[in-house]
Amino acid sequence: MLRDAGLVAAKDLRVELRSRVATNQVVPFAVLVLILFAFALDPDRGILGRAAAGLFWVTVLFSAVLAIQRSFAIEADDDARDSLRLSGLDGAGVFLGKAAAVALELLMLEAVLAVGVVVLYDVSLHDGALLVLVCLLATVGIAASGIVYGVVAAGLRVSDTLLPLLVLPVLAPVLLAATRASEAALATVPGDAWPWVRLLAVFATIYTVFGVVAFGPLLEEA
Amino acid sequence: MTTASRATRILGVATLASLAVTAWLALVVSPADVNQGDAVRLLYLHAPTAWLAMYLSFGVTTLASILYLWPRTRSRLWDLVAGASAEVGVLFIGLTLAVGSIWGRTTWGVWWTWDARLTSTAVLFVLYLGYLAVRRVPADPLVRSRRAAIVALAAFIDVPIVHQAVEWWRTLHQPATIFDERRLLDPRIHGTMLWTLLLSVVAFTLLYAWLLIHRVRLARMEELVDDRELADALAERRAEGAAATSAPDEMPGLVPERSGAGVD
Repeated sequence: MLRDAGLVAAKDLRVELRSRVATNQVVPFAVLVLILFAFALDPDRGILGRAAAGLFWVTVLFSAVLAIQRSFAIEADDDARDSLRLSGLDGAGVFLGKAAAVALELLMLEAVLAVGVVVLYDVSLHDGALLVLVCLLATVGIAASGIVYGVVAAGLRVSDTLLPLLVLPVLAPVLLAATRASEAALATVPGDAWPWVRLLAVFATIYTVFGVVAFGPLLEEA
Repeated sequence: MTTASRATRILGVATLASLAVTAWLALVVSPADVNQGDAVRLLYLHAPTAWLAMYLSFGVTTLASILYLWPRTRSRLWDLVAGASAEVGVLFIGLTLAVGSIWGRTTWGVWWTWDARLTSTAVLFVLYLGYLAVRRVPADPLVRSRRAAIVALAAFIDVPIVHQAVEWWRTLHQPATIFDERRLLDPRIHGTMLWTLLLSVVAFTLLYAWLLIHRVRLARMEELVDDRELADALAERRAEGAAATSAPDEMPGLVPERSGAGVD
């Protein structure tokens, strides 16, 4: 299962690396959203600095929707999904591989965005290790639940509009928890981050297990 | 054809009668609240719709989805029940939010507040709107049913996480919620008010059962109509084909038209 996951993740990342859609479109989009927030919230009044954590995670969520759509768009071309189904790879392995690829892409995106937030929104880092932990846990949760809903919407004519409607409400607790924990890490708002970190860990675990169990049957009939 | 039967007619009459008695008790017999005045009468609409939507409807949707996914109990019926129950649930959760909003305006002075319970109810509303969206997607019915059932389960396991997150979010940042639960569950609640509340819950549960049964039967009929139309269309094309082969010379003008409209 893990070997299959590695194969699928390597394949997805290789496609992304060669097509350059993630680097040339998704990352610039995320930076653009950061700039749009600055226009909307008047950077001189200090609102941006206080809201930095929340804006960061909202941007990550929107970009995640794009990354998940990408992850299934590459399967739609040339009937790649059929080849994937016929390849004999384990369903759970395919799920873990696709989720890992999306998670890696999102982590790179978060690194770029974090620099952007520090530069553009004038915030300073208080607890770097905590921020890295929060990013890791939240990203695993986003990628796992996103891939589950991605395959539900895959292959449907309305999948582009259906996916955000399905995945964003489910990610509401991740947005809440990651924002509160990041605020503590950035020291914009003092608070205890550990309950939120635990919640993120629980979310990531539940949806990873759910995906491992449910993905095989979903991929079969898709 | 009709979606009614003897049993549902009796159920319908019982529903109407209990709703009428509830309305009479709520609007005429039960007293106004000391603090809230007549606005407290919204309780008899707000509490039962909330219970019905959040526990009964979505509980039934989850259970029916599990029964549909489980190979031994798989049946079209469970899929239809899950969908019908979610539809009724979304309707009632919308009502809960609307009535709650009006009540909030009269007692708290605001239409909406980011109270823990309000927020998680709103998230639940959107979660199940997504579920209904999946059910309406144009796709093969079997594929759609299985995907919808998985979405229902994924949404259901999200509910406790949403609840916990929102609970912490509000309690970590503000000392107390505006919603005073003790007032609702106060054992000193006036006798008539308590009875009215209990009756309203019974009345709305009957209404739920009535709506659910009719919605499931309607969905069944829609499927039958689809099957029938398909069968009729096939029979028509076959008859055309048979007529064309038996007497090709009698209707020469129709031949190109027939070949253009082949049977798919």
